[in-house]
Amino acid sequence: MLCILLGVLALHLLVFILLIVSTASSQWVADEKGHSDLWYSCLSEPKAYSCSQASNEDWIQAVQALMILAVVFCFVSLLAFAYQLFRLFKGGRFYFTSIFQILASVFVMCAAIIYTVMRPSNGKGFGYSYVLAWVAFPLSLISGLIYLILRKKD
Amino acid sequence: MLRVLALASVVLLGIAPQASQAITVYTSWERHALVGSDVRLSCSFFSWRFVSEDVSFTWRYRPDGSRDSVSIAHYAGGEPYTDNKGAFKDRVEFVGNPKRRDGSILIKNLDFSDNGTFTCDAKNPPDIVGRPSSVRLLVFETLPIQAGVITGAIIGVVLGLLVLIVVIYYLMRFLVARRVFSLSVSRNVEGPQLCILP
Repeated sequence: MLCILLGVLALHLLVFILLIVSTASSQWVADEKGHSDLWYSCLSEPKAYSCSQASNEDWIQAVQALMILAVVFCFVSLLAFAYQLFRLFKGGRFYFTSIFQILASVFVMCAAIIYTVMRPSNGKGFGYSYVLAWVAFPLSLISGLIYLILRKKD
Repeated sequence: MLRVLALASVVLLGIAPQASQAITVYTSWERHALVGSDVRLSCSFFSWRFVSEDVSFTWRYRPDGSRDSVSIAHYAGGEPYTDNKGAFKDRVEFVGNPKRRDGSILIKNLDFSDNGTFTCDAKNPPDIVGRPSSVRLLVFETLPIQAGVITGAIIGVVLGLLVLIVVIYYLMRFLVARRVFSLSVSRNVEGPQLCILP
């Protein structure tokens, strides 16, 4: 029982960390000339490194909002898990935790899809933050579904 | 005793040498406006002294890409003076209230050639040592979306919906516990045993 609990908690924390790193770090689109992300786009020429704000367009603001909402919902789901662990009656299911976690995964999916479709088309490759966002989506979905079938015993 | 102290402090301040102190001028950082509209550029200052009779405001304009600035509005000796020869002829109006430390101007009927930096310099004698403050004017055909507006709106709406759903859920539970309501979820309600009161 304790192993399952620790495993589920570890998965949840992993998803949370992946989401935070993906939202905050600056490598959604990267190559040797520069990198860009949801907030800044930086150009690194020889002997110079300059950053400017990423575009103000609608779609990048929507991606920013969705990633932030995913982080918030994952955190709230963590709090709900801690709360329901101690307050749920015997045999109950972790509904709140699962709902928030599944919503977080839906938001990450939407953000990743919007970014894939609308990304600036200048031929640069995708950086690790983008990969982390796509990895966080199925992990958070699995985590949410696990909470759905988990039952509390004493 | 208190009166003596107050009187002494007033007398001392009155005969103290009129040393000038610094004055701080405040304007906005940047203003965005549409072509053809009017924009009000605000200018205010902070000074330790009261507003004197000789308070003065000077507005200068420097176009983008140029190094020279030209005066477009001046207020001194209780009278406003505005540009009547240059590019801002009949378009500038002094709308501030100098007695309340407000030296704002109104520029009407903007055009793309009005892009540039407007500098406000305020003096409240004897406080004349201060740095003028500049506001940058950007004239657009259509106002672009500011950074973060859509982000904030989406986050606010979703979190607001979440709070609303939680409140409604707890309200429904409260109503079910209060009245004798037979809902299908009532068997999951935690709390003390329900009694039907006569």
